[in-house]
Parts: sequence; structure tokens; C-alpha cells
Amino acid sequence: MDWEPLVLTFKLALITTAILLVVAIPIANWLAHSRSKLKPVVETLVSMPLVLPPTVLGFYMLVAFSPENAFGGWLNQHLGIKLIFSFGGLVVASVIYSLPFMVQPIQAGLSSLATTLREASYSMGKSKITTLFKVLLPNIKPSLLTGVVLSFAHTVGEFGVVLMIGGNMPGKTKVASIAIYDEVEALNYGAANSYSLILFAITFAILLLVYMANGGYLKRLNR
Amino acid sequence: MISLDVHKKLGSEGGCMSLDVQLSVDKRQFVSFYGESGAGKTSTLRMLGGMLKPDSGRIVVNGETWFDSEKRINLRPQQRKLGYVFQDYALFPNMTVEQNLEFALFKNQDKKVIHELIDFMALGELRYRKPESLSGGQKQRVALARAMVPRPDILVLDEPLSALDVRMRTKLQEYLLLIHKEFKLTTLLVSHDIGEIVRLSDMVFELHNGQVVRKGATDEFFGLNKTSAKFRFSGEVLKIQQEDVFNVVSVLIGNDIIRVVVDPNEANNLRVGDRVLVASKAFNPIVQKL
Repeated sequence: MDWEPLVLTFKLALITTAILLVVAIPIANWLAHSRSKLKPVVETLVSMPLVLPPTVLGFYMLVAFSPENAFGGWLNQHLGIKLIFSFGGLVVASVIYSLPFMVQPIQAGLSSLATTLREASYSMGKSKITTLFKVLLPNIKPSLLTGVVLSFAHTVGEFGVVLMIGGNMPGKTKVASIAIYDEVEALNYGAANSYSLILFAITFAILLLVYMANGGYLKRLNR
Repeated sequence: MISLDVHKKLGSEGGCMSLDVQLSVDKRQFVSFYGESGAGKTSTLRMLGGMLKPDSGRIVVNGETWFDSEKRINLRPQQRKLGYVFQDYALFPNMTVEQNLEFALFKNQDKKVIHELIDFMALGELRYRKPESLSGGQKQRVALARAMVPRPDILVLDEPLSALDVRMRTKLQEYLLLIHKEFKLTTLLVSHDIGEIVRLSDMVFELHNGQVVRKGATDEFFGLNKTSAKFRFSGEVLKIQQEDVFNVVSVLIGNDIIRVVVDPNEANNLRVGDRVLVASKAFNPIVQKL
């Protein structure tokens, strides 16, 4: 069995999750506390990947990133970045595709905190940034963990977007879910089964760990 | 000196309310805000703290303009030197008692103040505990100590004692008075409890429907200076019973219920739930050790 697709899958999921954490915290913070009229629009955009077929997302990204078109051509000419059929393109697509899975738990966590926590911190002269990192985020660790794990698992399970924008290039864009499809098409059920079983086991283990951590089981075991 | 003149439309229970409050508080006064819930007491203090933006008006504190709608000045809560104690205490659950206090230090502030406050508020045994393991009274002491760390000139207390039992209240009222004097504070307190207000404050503002309807020195406000009574307590009417030629009124004072004989004409003015003053003038009360 070829391990490359699995390694690629987890590399993609890891990088995507790391980027998402950085991107989603400010968005979630804004959504949780803003009273702007734009809020419903932003909320909708963030949630779109939940309901849109991945192929739709993949198709538009394929068009947008194509060097033939304005945006893709600009990226290619000025920055030398080619996003279609490359690992970089997969990362960008995955970040957009998994955005709601990171934003929504963090937003829900922040909204559930008492507003007086923020106000108390402000009244002590602490900035919004300090308040966010020292007071708010440490008190929503379960939500952060949920966001991280859901995004990671969702990226591992991604298929349609990857196929549209990345294609099936070994070592570059051939992730495990694509490899499974590929092996099945070649009637290579044994290899497909190996990939599938590994993905199944790892995903199960990750989710189990989260539910145990958030349910307090791990703490109780420690005692 | 605090001078505040603010207007704001508030969406409250039972429709819209327009808040129009003008008041001024002298330096080192202990002032109470009294009135039914929804009257605008908390909103007024939140505007002072910068957590709620008035539609229009001016807030000037010790010569410094904190808010001016005409000049478009609106200091952020961070820039207003003010200690705020919230009704729900707002202790940070991720930090121990000591860390909660340390968080409140401003840049380069001497840590000595933490130890002083821990001693002053008798928090020594609690310093390494997390807020979730503290009782209501303990949380309140921590919140009070934390608000004092940056050494504010003004302390705002939003119904800080309403969730505590009578004994704990009395104890914390002592702490409040002590802090008010020790740190030379101007203190603003929201309270429903007349006993508490009489005990703590120099001056009272009564709010109703977003307006200051009455204000005055505490003694005058509750008519305490009119009776030269030998002893007096405030309480709540629990029951009014009609007898042949007189009425018997049961009054709850602290945790005790006392029964007082009242002329029927006077009893007609009383309703169950009224706050009343029970005083004795003609006879010396007897004091017996319990």
C-alpha cells in the first residue's frame, strides 16, 4: 500500500486547521459581539459551505484560480502562485470549505460567556486583544477543542472540492479520499479497504477523544 | 466630582423607556441609587462606566470629560478610571483568586497592592482557589478587592449584596464602609434594601421610569430626621389583621416578625408589602441580653 495519500491528507488537515484557528478567532469574536447590520450577511457566507455541494464551491474556485481568468492570472503573474492542481490550492479551498466548522463552535462559546466578564476586564483598562486572549478564550477551551477537531476531521473527509480543484496528482493533490475512489475505479478493493479502514479508525479515535475531554472523562481518570 | 446628564431610549420590559438622568455627586460621597427594577439604575451606572453609550448628554468626572455627544467625545471603558463590581461578580473562572487580582494590575504597577488587599479583605486562605469553589460572600470579597487593585477614585457597586443572606450582607457592608473610608473613594451603590442604604450612604437618588424622581441626604430622604425616636427599625408589612377597635400589623424586621397595634385610620394607609419604619418614642425600650 502507498502511504503517500494518507500522509498528504494529514498534512493538509494539519495546515488547514492551523490556518483556520488564526482566521476563525477574529471572525467568531466579531460575530459573537457585533451588532452591525452586516452580521447576518457574514454569518450566511461563513455557513454556506455547510449546505452548498462541495462541487459548486470547487467549480467556482477552479474558475477563480485559473490563470486564464483575472484573479488567477494576477496571482500567477505578480506572485507566481498557481492555485489549481497544486497543494497550495487545496489548502486555500479547505480553509474556505471547513470555515464554519471552526467559526461556529468558537462563536457559540464566546456568546455563552457572561458579558460582564468582558466589561470587567475593560473596566480594569485591559484592551480588547488582552481580554480576548487572557479572559475569553481560556474560558471556552471545550469550544476551541471542538472547533479544532471538527475542522481537522472535516478536512480529512473532504472529497468533492479536492477533486474539482486539485485533481488526482500523486504526492501533490492525491489525498486519501481521492485514493480510495481511484482504487475502487481500478477494482482494487483491497487497497481501497486499507485506506478506508485507517481513515475510519483515526477519525473515530479523534472524535472519541474530544467527547471524552469535553465530557470531563479524562479529568476523572486523572484523579 | 461627577456630573452626569444623559439621555437614552432603552428597550425595556413592557415597551420603550426613555432614560433622562441629571445628577451630580461630590467627591468622597457614598451615594445610593434606589428604585424598583427596570427604573434605569443599572443603565445609568453602565453609562458612567462606558459600557452603554448614551444617545446624547455629557459626563464630566473630576474636570475630565468622559462623554460629550456634541463634541463627539466618548472615552472607552478602559480610559475611565473607575472600579466596577458587578451583580454576578464577573470573576474570571480560569484564574485563581490571586490571579484575578493580578490581572487587574495596570502596567508596571507594584505588586505590593495585591498582598495589601488580600490581607485587608481577609482572602489569604482563598488565594489559590478558583472562583467556582467559593461561596457567594467570598466571591463578593474577591470582586471588591479586584476592583480596588488599580486604585480607582470611584467605585461602582451594582447590587453587590442582593444574592447574599442577611449575616453575610452585614459583614460585607462593613467591608464596603471600610474600603470607602480607607481608599478615600466616591462610591455609587445600586440597592433595593433601605436598611443597607441607610447604613452605608450619605445621599440617595430615587429613580422611576428612567427619571430621578427624588433625591436628598439619606436621613432626610427616608424621613429619619423627623422622628426623634429612641429606637427605630425599618421593615416590611406582612399582614394587616382587623380586630374590634384597632388593627394589628405584622412587620418583618431582619429575620424577626413583630406585631404592632395600629389605629384603623393609619392602617388604611398601609398595604401588605409596604416598607415601614417602626419606632418607639414615649417609652424606653427594654434591652435584654439573648
